[in-house]
Amino acid sequence: MTPSRSRWSRYAIETRALRLLRPLGIAFFLLITVFPFYYMILLSMRDLSAVIESPGSIVVGLSEISTDAYARVLRPTDDGGEGFVRLLFNSLGLAVGTVIVTLAVSILGAYAVARLQFFGRRPIGFLFLSVYLFPPILLAIPLFVAFSRLGLRGELPVLVIVYVAQTLPISVYMLRNYFETVPVSLEEAAEVDGATRLQIIRKVSLPLAVPAIAATGLFVFMIAWNEFLFALLFLVEERSNWTVSLGVSQLQTIETPATTLMAGSVILTVPIIVLFLFAERLMTEGLTRGAEKG
Amino acid sequence: MAVELQAGSAKRGRRAQATRARRDSRAGMALVSPTFIVVLVMVILPVLWALALSFQRIRLIQLRQLDLFGGEYTLRNYERLLSDSGFLEAARTTLIYSVFGTLGAIALGLIAALLVRSSFRGRGLVRGAMLLPYIAPVVAVTFIWRVLLSPQLGFVNAVGTDVLGWNSPIPFLSQESGTITLFGLSLGVPTALLAVLAFEAWHSFPFAFLFILARLQGMPGDIEEAARVDGATPTQIFRHIILPQLASVIALIAVLRFIFTFNAFDEIYLLTNGAAGTEVLATQIYSLLTARSDVGSSAAVAMFMAAALAVLLLVYLKFFAEKDRMQ
Repeated sequence: MTPSRSRWSRYAIETRALRLLRPLGIAFFLLITVFPFYYMILLSMRDLSAVIESPGSIVVGLSEISTDAYARVLRPTDDGGEGFVRLLFNSLGLAVGTVIVTLAVSILGAYAVARLQFFGRRPIGFLFLSVYLFPPILLAIPLFVAFSRLGLRGELPVLVIVYVAQTLPISVYMLRNYFETVPVSLEEAAEVDGATRLQIIRKVSLPLAVPAIAATGLFVFMIAWNEFLFALLFLVEERSNWTVSLGVSQLQTIETPATTLMAGSVILTVPIIVLFLFAERLMTEGLTRGAEKG
Repeated sequence: MAVELQAGSAKRGRRAQATRARRDSRAGMALVSPTFIVVLVMVILPVLWALALSFQRIRLIQLRQLDLFGGEYTLRNYERLLSDSGFLEAARTTLIYSVFGTLGAIALGLIAALLVRSSFRGRGLVRGAMLLPYIAPVVAVTFIWRVLLSPQLGFVNAVGTDVLGWNSPIPFLSQESGTITLFGLSLGVPTALLAVLAFEAWHSFPFAFLFILARLQGMPGDIEEAARVDGATPTQIFRHIILPQLASVIALIAVLRFIFTFNAFDEIYLLTNGAAGTEVLATQIYSLLTARSDVGSSAAVAMFMAAALAVLLLVYLKFFAEKDRMQ
């Protein structure tokens, strides 16, 4: 042991301070990340008058639990509710449609950029990512004008195309990173056996890339489900086509109680959290692959 | 004879290689073309068209009659911007919001990553919890914050007045400036701007956390171990060994977060709708486009935004490239 490691050395003090601070820090982060969501669920199940009376209380008695807010949010609009069941199907259809189209297009694009030498390969990889340099609101202006003029602005398939354009670059990027890790020798073996390029992709590369494709698909689903700006600009006048995100944002009027607002938020959040619980590792590793080496 | 045969096969080999390269090149372009077409039609052409729109006096009501390309081109939209105090104010707020939002997110993300770096029981759960603010829908999290910060029935104000002894609830999201008194000193603070900055740091720190943690776990442990054997203290190890290895990933996150925050619309629109000194360029463009249906002016602000971002990024990259060369 070096002599500097006595009881009151800088080393000992720092080590002891960190041993104390670390659990405190972890507790702090758990508090700020989990508590807001706990509060959301709590409020969505409380009676509004109870909330106004004691906004600071963070436990709810079993007898106090009420599902009125959920009933109101989910009831159809002609029954005095907010019609969120329909919105859930809209969001689901929109997100699934976006995932299918984005994956179909980006698997081919990512494979090409990862594996094939072609004219313009390098600039195109950069070009795709530069999409994110432009503020979405900048793209929204001409798209808003164009689709208004075509009379297609409130249609869900139009929004699918907009979402595909927004998710393609990250999808190509994630899949390309993966395809680059698949050994070329496997494909060469298939080529020697006389397989064509499309056969190689379908029979060799795709089966190997299933985890990466799943991760990318989930990520795209999440982006499409959570998206707000384009849904607001394109769909707000077309109530029957609203997404859940848009529906919750439109709940926020003077007469809507906070409990209803939170019930809507819970309905919006739960599918994403459930998805994430099942696939956390898959998704985070797909996104940060390559970051390990700095 | 044998030599000729060899030469022949080499020639055939070269020819086969050349056809293969051609075939690959054709296949590559064919496979990449769907992606390219979507990006071209939904991104590149719209940007160019927005540029054209920014030089025209176009309002939404005229859309149906107007020829969208052949209109008269003028600098009026840009001239009006420069004399518009609302625009200059929003530009300033956008810069403050993106610089401090980025710094806040990186600081929180770095601390969080260092905290969960080594293993402990329940680490997987803690790590998952840390990602919640980023993966949850922005509409939901902004509304949770609005309710939490509400002056009437918000949890934060309830704790503030009941436990911390505040005189009255603070309208965090609607008060443009307030004063805090610390040790007898009164300090003017932009309340709502600080609140949205706190939200932004909270909302996007998981992004920084995720990338920094991935880098931390990919780090070889032997240098650190050697330093520890030599008697380096934890803060010395962090300062001289860990931080330098994180520099490149932090620089990358800084650029990405700055771009995203600079361009962000949802957070401010949903939290304050641009009120109380929080109007940023993105929310200004939205109200120009929808409330005032002034397509030309909104396009001009959007082009200014894109240009400003490009200039800032170029300056940053040049600065960093030069630093790299000096080292």
